[in-house]
Amino acid sequence: MEAKKELKVNAIKNGTVIDHIPSQNLFSVINILGLNNIQQQVTFGFNLESKKLGKKAIIKVADIYFKDAELNKISLVAPDAKLNIIRDYEVVEKKVVSIPDEVTAIVKCMNPKCITNHEQMVTSFEVVRKGPAALKCRYCEKITDQDHLEII
Amino acid sequence: MKNRSLVSITDYNKDEMLQILDLAGEFEKNPRQDLLHGSVVATLFFEPSTRTRLSFESAVNRLGGSVIGFSDSSSSSVSKGETLKDTILTVSNYSDLIVMRHPLEGSAKYASEVSPVPIINAGDGAHQHPTQTLLDMYSIRKTQGRLDNLRICMVGDLKYGRTVHSLLIAMIHFNPVFVFIAPEELKMPDEYKLLLDKNGIEYHEYKDIGDNMDDADIIYMTRVQRERFSDPLEYEKVKNVYILRNAMLGNTKPNVKVLHPLPRVNEINYDVDANPKAYYFEQALNGVFTRMAIISKILGVK
Ligand SMILES: [Zn+2]
Repeated sequence: MEAKKELKVNAIKNGTVIDHIPSQNLFSVINILGLNNIQQQVTFGFNLESKKLGKKAIIKVADIYFKDAELNKISLVAPDAKLNIIRDYEVVEKKVVSIPDEVTAIVKCMNPKCITNHEQMVTSFEVVRKGPAALKCRYCEKITDQDHLEII
Repeated sequence: MKNRSLVSITDYNKDEMLQILDLAGEFEKNPRQDLLHGSVVATLFFEPSTRTRLSFESAVNRLGGSVIGFSDSSSSSVSKGETLKDTILTVSNYSDLIVMRHPLEGSAKYASEVSPVPIINAGDGAHQHPTQTLLDMYSIRKTQGRLDNLRICMVGDLKYGRTVHSLLIAMIHFNPVFVFIAPEELKMPDEYKLLLDKNGIEYHEYKDIGDNMDDADIIYMTRVQRERFSDPLEYEKVKNVYILRNAMLGNTKPNVKVLHPLPRVNEINYDVDANPKAYYFEQALNGVFTRMAIISKILGVK
């Protein structure tokens, strides 16, 4: 069964496979990791069946290994993401993501009267709760929760 | 405190708050001191607040410093679309300290990050107004002779009222008992009650004034504003419940003082003004001494 599922997206020789992304957040993950601005081959599957998520997405990035801090940024939109590190077609390491203590530059503050929504500047939040996430803006100190999370 | 911005009341610890209050007391005794001769303080009011601006400018002038700035962003380059960062960087070339009021929340913190000179937050939207808190504390200490173990009654809009939130945070250092009187829609938010629980501070909540302020040492009134209510009927129901009238002070303690951040609308009836328990106009005067103290500490002349 596993092998058959795997065929839905072409296998890569070296790189990173990011699985169990909620389908609706695929493009957020692409943006957060900057995959729209790289030269390496990226393949993705969208609206794949998943028992846990309903519809899931999967991304395979050839020849790139991400730093943990970078991967943890996607935890806000893909908290259940599972990562396989591939070397020579073999899975050499499996990783999960965890929400960092600080979130910088990727989330929009939900307070319309916050300075970050009016000035060209980088947002910054302290993570005050991890599951479901609650982020406290460093500027207006209002909470942006998982239900109102918007990726810049 | 020297060269440090004052953005939020939590920027000062208990000892620093007391240093400000002590110094404000010195300035009250001797208000003319030429400590800021040659210094320039900018007052940038991106939204108008005449009362607060005059209080700051009076403080700077009494210290012998000069003031530059604007009182309304429509008359400045801000109306031409200049960013806050650019305004702050430009003005910092001309001044030793920037006092700013801005309608957006978090603006003062951002300004303090980009500015090479210290920032004093004179109000950033509904967020913070720390100099108001320090002048409230000064008024409380001056009228009660102490800050510790007081019973503080807060009345009106306890949900959106930034002054009551900051005062609550500051007074946690002094073991108060709080009495909150507010309509259901405007009651003290849970985050502040949790903070009190965490610090072992006693508090009581009521919907009516009744006799609930009779034991208070301080009665802190706030405006109940129509625009805070999602349901206009709800406002009509409560708008007259939180008006303080002279007769309601009959059974209160002899030492009690009524504070209000001003300007008032109708929440304190004019018949209270002549009562010696009314303190809101003296409170405003205390603002000048408190701001003299804050400015002097930040500029390092005291
Ligand atoms: Zn914010």
